[in-house]
Amino acid sequence: MVLSSADKNNVKIIFSKIGGHAEDYGGEALERMFVTYPQTKTYFPHFDLGKGSAQVKAHGKKVAAALVEAANNIDDIAGALSKLSDLHAQKLRVDPVNFKLLGQCFLVVVASHNPAALTPEVHASLDKFLCAVGTVLTAKYR
Amino acid sequence: MVHWSAEEKQLISSVWGKVNVEECGAEALARLLIVYPWTQRFFDNFGNLSSPTAIIGNPKVRAHGKKVLTSFGDAIKNLENLKATYSKLSELHCDKLHVDPENFRLLGDILIIVLAAHFGKDFTPSCQATWQKLVGVVAHALAHKYH
Repeated sequence: MVLSSADKNNVKIIFSKIGGHAEDYGGEALERMFVTYPQTKTYFPHFDLGKGSAQVKAHGKKVAAALVEAANNIDDIAGALSKLSDLHAQKLRVDPVNFKLLGQCFLVVVASHNPAALTPEVHASLDKFLCAVGTVLTAKYR
Repeated sequence: MVHWSAEEKQLISSVWGKVNVEECGAEALARLLIVYPWTQRFFDNFGNLSSPTAIIGNPKVRAHGKKVLTSFGDAIKNLENLKATYSKLSELHCDKLHVDPENFRLLGDILIIVLAAHFGKDFTPSCQATWQKLVGVVAHALAHKYH
Protein backbone atom coordinates (compact mmCIF):
# COMPACT_ATOMS: atom_id res chain seq x y z
CA MET A 1 0.00 0.00 0.00
CA VAL A 2 1.56 3.22 -1.23
CA LEU A 3 0.65 6.81 -0.41
CA SER A 4 0.05 8.74 -3.62
CA SER A 5 0.96 12.41 -3.84
CA ALA A 6 -2.77 13.16 -3.52
CA ASP A 7 -2.87 11.09 -0.31
CA LYS A 8 0.16 12.91 1.08
CA ASN A 9 -1.42 16.24 0.25
CA ASN A 10 -4.73 15.27 1.89
CA VAL A 11 -2.90 14.18 5.04
CA LYS A 12 -0.94 17.43 5.24
CA ILE A 13 -4.12 19.44 4.77
CA ILE A 14 -6.14 17.60 7.40
CA PHE A 15 -3.31 17.83 9.93
CA SER A 16 -2.97 21.55 9.32
CA LYS A 17 -6.75 21.88 9.89
CA ILE A 18 -6.39 19.89 13.11
CA GLY A 19 -3.55 22.19 14.08
CA GLY A 20 -2.95 22.62 17.80
CA HIS A 21 -5.88 20.32 18.65
CA ALA A 22 -3.78 17.29 17.72
CA GLU A 23 -2.73 16.78 21.35
CA ASP A 24 -6.33 16.69 22.53
CA TYR A 25 -7.29 14.41 19.66
CA GLY A 26 -4.60 11.97 20.78
CA GLY A 27 -6.01 11.83 24.28
CA GLU A 28 -9.57 11.51 23.07
CA ALA A 29 -8.62 8.72 20.66
CA LEU A 30 -7.01 6.79 23.49
CA GLU A 31 -10.00 7.35 25.75
CA ARG A 32 -12.34 6.08 23.03
CA MET A 33 -10.09 3.10 22.38
CA PHE A 34 -10.07 2.05 26.04
CA VAL A 35 -13.86 2.29 26.23
CA THR A 36 -14.61 0.68 22.87
CA TYR A 37 -11.91 -2.01 22.91
CA PRO A 38 -11.32 -2.80 26.60
CA GLN A 39 -8.65 -5.38 25.74
CA THR A 40 -6.37 -2.45 24.81
CA LYS A 41 -6.27 -1.48 28.47
CA THR A 42 -4.05 -4.50 29.11
CA TYR A 43 -1.10 -2.49 27.80
CA PHE A 44 -1.59 0.16 30.48
CA PRO A 45 -1.85 -1.62 33.85
CA HIS A 46 0.34 1.12 35.29
CA PHE A 47 -2.02 3.92 34.20
CA ASP A 48 -5.04 5.47 35.79
CA LEU A 49 -7.52 4.92 32.95
CA GLY A 50 -10.44 6.71 34.56
CA LYS A 51 -12.23 9.53 32.77
CA GLY A 52 -10.11 12.68 32.55
CA SER A 53 -6.93 10.84 33.47
CA ALA A 54 -3.89 13.09 33.29
CA GLN A 55 -1.77 10.10 32.32
CA VAL A 56 -4.02 9.31 29.34
CA LYS A 57 -3.98 12.96 28.27
CA ALA A 58 -0.19 13.06 28.49
CA HIS A 59 0.12 9.83 26.57
CA GLY A 60 -2.33 11.11 23.98
CA LYS A 61 -0.03 14.10 23.42
CA LYS A 62 2.86 11.74 22.73
CA VAL A 63 0.82 9.68 20.29
CA ALA A 64 -0.40 12.80 18.50
CA ALA A 65 3.12 14.24 18.31
CA ALA A 66 4.29 11.06 16.61
CA LEU A 67 1.45 11.24 14.08
CA VAL A 68 2.24 14.90 13.37
CA GLU A 69 5.93 14.02 12.97
CA ALA A 70 4.99 11.27 10.52
CA ALA A 71 2.70 13.63 8.60
CA ASN A 72 5.47 16.25 8.42
CA ASN A 73 7.89 13.63 7.10
CA ILE A 74 5.43 11.76 5.01
CA ASP A 75 7.97 10.87 2.34
CA ASP A 76 9.94 8.89 4.89
CA ILE A 77 7.66 7.74 7.71
CA ALA A 78 9.98 4.81 8.46
CA GLY A 79 12.89 7.20 8.97
CA ALA A 80 10.88 9.66 11.04
CA LEU A 81 9.52 6.95 13.36
CA SER A 82 12.58 4.68 13.39
CA LYS A 83 13.25 5.08 17.12
CA LEU A 84 9.58 4.54 17.94
CA SER A 85 9.62 1.48 15.74
CA ASP A 86 12.58 0.10 17.75
CA LEU A 87 10.77 0.87 21.00
CA HIS A 88 7.63 -0.97 19.95
CA ALA A 89 9.59 -3.97 18.71
CA GLN A 90 11.94 -4.33 21.63
CA LYS A 91 10.09 -3.04 24.63
CA LEU A 92 6.39 -2.33 24.09
CA ARG A 93 5.51 -5.21 21.74
CA VAL A 94 1.93 -4.06 21.27
CA ASP A 95 0.16 -6.67 19.16
CA PRO A 96 -0.17 -5.34 15.60
CA VAL A 97 -3.96 -5.68 15.60
CA ASN A 98 -4.22 -2.80 18.08
CA PHE A 99 -2.86 -0.17 15.72
CA LYS A 100 -5.98 -0.60 13.58
CA LEU A 101 -8.14 -0.11 16.66
CA LEU A 102 -6.40 3.13 17.63
CA GLY A 103 -6.52 4.22 13.99
CA GLN A 104 -10.29 3.69 13.91
CA CYS A 105 -10.68 5.77 17.07
CA PHE A 106 -8.48 8.55 15.70
CA LEU A 107 -10.64 8.66 12.57
CA VAL A 108 -13.75 8.87 14.75
CA VAL A 109 -12.25 11.81 16.67
CA VAL A 110 -11.32 13.64 13.47
CA ALA A 111 -14.78 12.94 12.02
CA SER A 112 -16.62 14.16 15.09
CA HIS A 113 -14.63 17.41 15.30
CA ASN A 114 -14.15 18.12 11.57
CA PRO A 115 -16.98 16.50 9.65
CA ALA A 116 -16.71 18.87 6.70
CA ALA A 117 -12.95 18.37 6.35
CA LEU A 118 -13.18 14.58 6.40
CA THR A 119 -14.45 14.16 2.86
CA PRO A 120 -14.45 10.60 1.49
CA GLU A 121 -11.15 11.25 -0.32
CA VAL A 122 -9.48 12.67 2.79
CA HIS A 123 -10.94 9.80 4.85
CA ALA A 124 -9.34 7.32 2.46
CA SER A 125 -5.96 9.08 2.58
CA LEU A 126 -5.97 9.41 6.36
CA ASP A 127 -6.93 5.76 6.76
CA LYS A 128 -4.03 4.77 4.49
CA PHE A 129 -1.67 7.04 6.40
CA LEU A 130 -2.67 5.53 9.76
CA CYS A 131 -2.17 2.03 8.29
CA ALA A 132 1.26 3.08 7.08
CA VAL A 133 2.20 4.35 10.54
CA GLY A 134 1.04 1.08 12.10
CA THR A 135 3.06 -0.88 9.56
CA VAL A 136 6.19 1.14 10.34
CA LEU A 137 5.75 0.70 14.09
CA THR A 138 5.46 -3.08 13.75
CA ALA A 139 8.02 -3.47 10.96
CA LYS A 140 10.85 -4.65 13.21
CA TYR A 141 8.76 -7.09 15.27
CA ARG A 142 10.33 -10.14 13.64
CA MET B 1 -26.47 -14.73 23.10
CA VAL B 2 -25.36 -11.13 23.28
CA HIS B 3 -26.46 -9.16 26.29
CA TRP B 4 -27.54 -5.53 25.89
CA SER B 5 -27.73 -3.32 28.94
CA ALA B 6 -30.50 -0.78 29.29
CA GLU B 7 -27.96 1.98 28.69
CA GLU B 8 -26.75 0.33 25.49
CA LYS B 9 -30.29 -0.08 24.18
CA GLN B 10 -30.93 3.58 24.95
CA LEU B 11 -27.76 4.68 23.16
CA ILE B 12 -28.71 2.61 20.13
CA SER B 13 -32.28 3.82 19.84
CA SER B 14 -31.52 7.46 20.56
CA VAL B 15 -28.92 7.57 17.78
CA TRP B 16 -31.01 5.51 15.36
CA GLY B 17 -34.01 7.75 15.94
CA LYS B 18 -32.07 10.67 14.49
CA VAL B 19 -30.49 8.87 11.54
CA ASN B 20 -31.65 9.62 8.01
CA VAL B 21 -31.43 6.06 6.76
CA GLU B 22 -31.29 6.97 3.09
CA GLU B 23 -28.55 9.61 3.43
CA CYS B 24 -26.53 7.73 5.98
CA GLY B 25 -26.75 4.45 4.09
CA ALA B 26 -25.72 6.07 0.82
CA GLU B 27 -22.80 7.84 2.51
CA ALA B 28 -21.59 4.72 4.30
CA LEU B 29 -21.64 2.56 1.19
CA ALA B 30 -19.99 5.27 -0.92
CA ARG B 31 -17.22 5.69 1.65
CA LEU B 32 -16.72 1.91 1.80
CA LEU B 33 -16.19 1.81 -1.97
CA ILE B 34 -13.87 4.85 -1.83
CA VAL B 35 -11.82 4.06 1.28
CA TYR B 36 -11.51 0.32 0.54
CA PRO B 37 -11.69 0.24 -3.24
CA TRP B 38 -11.32 -3.52 -3.44
CA THR B 39 -14.89 -3.73 -2.12
CA GLN B 40 -16.00 -2.52 -5.55
CA ARG B 41 -15.49 -6.11 -6.70
CA PHE B 42 -19.04 -6.92 -5.67
CA PHE B 43 -20.59 -4.15 -7.71
CA ASP B 44 -19.53 -4.68 -11.34
CA ASN B 45 -23.06 -3.98 -12.47
CA PHE B 46 -23.32 -0.63 -10.70
CA GLY B 47 -21.96 1.36 -13.61
CA ASN B 48 -19.54 4.22 -13.06
CA LEU B 49 -17.38 3.76 -9.95
CA SER B 50 -14.31 5.33 -11.52
CA SER B 51 -13.82 8.19 -9.03
CA PRO B 52 -15.03 9.33 -5.62
CA THR B 53 -17.31 11.86 -7.35
CA ALA B 54 -18.75 9.14 -9.60
CA ILE B 55 -19.29 6.82 -6.63
CA ILE B 56 -20.98 9.47 -4.50
CA GLY B 57 -23.29 10.47 -7.37
CA ASN B 58 -24.04 6.93 -8.48
CA PRO B 59 -27.78 6.25 -8.03
CA LYS B 60 -27.26 2.50 -7.63
CA VAL B 61 -24.83 3.14 -4.79
CA ARG B 62 -27.36 5.41 -3.09
CA ALA B 63 -30.17 2.90 -3.52
CA HIS B 64 -28.11 -0.01 -2.28
CA GLY B 65 -26.77 1.98 0.64
CA LYS B 66 -30.33 2.74 1.68
CA LYS B 67 -31.26 -0.94 1.35
CA VAL B 68 -28.34 -2.05 3.50
CA LEU B 69 -28.99 0.46 6.26
CA THR B 70 -32.72 -0.25 6.23
CA SER B 71 -31.85 -3.85 6.93
CA PHE B 72 -29.68 -2.63 9.79
CA GLY B 73 -32.85 -1.15 11.23
CA ASP B 74 -34.29 -4.67 11.36
CA ALA B 75 -31.31 -5.72 13.44
CA ILE B 76 -31.98 -2.91 15.87
CA LYS B 77 -35.61 -4.02 16.24
CA ASN B 78 -34.46 -7.59 16.94
CA LEU B 79 -31.42 -7.19 19.16
CA GLU B 80 -32.31 -10.26 21.22
CA ASN B 81 -32.64 -12.45 18.16
CA LEU B 82 -30.09 -11.32 15.61
CA LYS B 83 -28.88 -14.68 14.33
CA ALA B 84 -32.43 -15.75 13.48
CA THR B 85 -33.28 -12.35 12.01
CA TYR B 86 -30.28 -12.48 9.66
CA SER B 87 -30.32 -16.21 8.95
CA LYS B 88 -31.60 -15.94 5.39
CA LEU B 89 -29.49 -12.86 4.63
CA SER B 90 -26.45 -14.73 5.87
CA GLU B 91 -27.13 -17.64 3.53
CA LEU B 92 -27.66 -15.21 0.69
CA HIS B 93 -24.34 -13.43 1.30
CA CYS B 94 -22.54 -16.75 1.43
CA ASP B 95 -24.19 -18.84 -1.27
CA LYS B 96 -25.27 -16.26 -3.81
CA LEU B 97 -23.28 -13.09 -3.22
CA HIS B 98 -20.00 -14.74 -2.07
CA VAL B 99 -19.06 -11.85 0.18
CA ASP B 100 -16.08 -12.29 2.52
CA PRO B 101 -17.44 -11.48 6.02
CA GLU B 102 -14.47 -9.17 6.55
CA ASN B 103 -16.42 -6.73 4.39
CA PHE B 104 -19.18 -6.54 7.00
CA ARG B 105 -16.57 -5.46 9.52
CA LEU B 106 -15.23 -2.81 7.15
CA LEU B 107 -18.71 -1.41 6.50
CA GLY B 108 -19.41 -1.37 10.22
CA ASP B 109 -16.29 0.72 10.89
CA ILE B 110 -17.22 3.11 8.10
CA LEU B 111 -20.74 3.48 9.49
CA ILE B 112 -19.29 4.48 12.86
CA ILE B 113 -17.25 7.22 11.21
CA VAL B 114 -20.28 8.50 9.31
CA LEU B 115 -22.24 8.62 12.57
CA ALA B 116 -19.36 10.43 14.29
CA ALA B 117 -19.26 13.03 11.51
CA HIS B 118 -23.01 13.48 11.76
CA PHE B 119 -23.39 13.61 15.54
CA GLY B 120 -20.10 15.28 16.52
CA LYS B 121 -19.65 15.62 20.27
CA ASP B 122 -22.93 13.77 20.88
CA PHE B 123 -21.23 10.65 19.58
CA THR B 124 -19.60 10.10 22.97
CA PRO B 125 -17.09 7.35 23.73
CA SER B 126 -19.89 5.24 25.29
CA CYS B 127 -21.97 5.80 22.20
CA GLN B 128 -19.11 4.71 19.98
CA ALA B 129 -18.44 1.67 22.14
CA THR B 130 -22.08 0.59 22.00
CA TRP B 131 -22.31 1.09 18.27
CA GLN B 132 -19.02 -0.71 17.61
CA LYS B 133 -20.43 -3.59 19.63
CA LEU B 134 -23.63 -3.45 17.54
CA VAL B 135 -21.88 -3.44 14.16
CA GLY B 136 -19.65 -6.26 15.36
CA VAL B 137 -22.63 -8.34 16.41
CA VAL B 138 -24.44 -7.62 13.14
CA ALA B 139 -21.34 -8.65 11.17
CA HIS B 140 -21.14 -11.82 13.22
CA ALA B 141 -24.81 -12.64 12.62
CA LEU B 142 -24.39 -12.07 8.89
CA ALA B 143 -21.44 -14.45 8.85
CA HIS B 144 -23.13 -17.06 11.02
CA LYS B 145 -24.59 -19.22 8.27
CA TYR B 146 -21.40 -19.31 6.19
CA HIS B 147 -20.08 -22.70 5.31
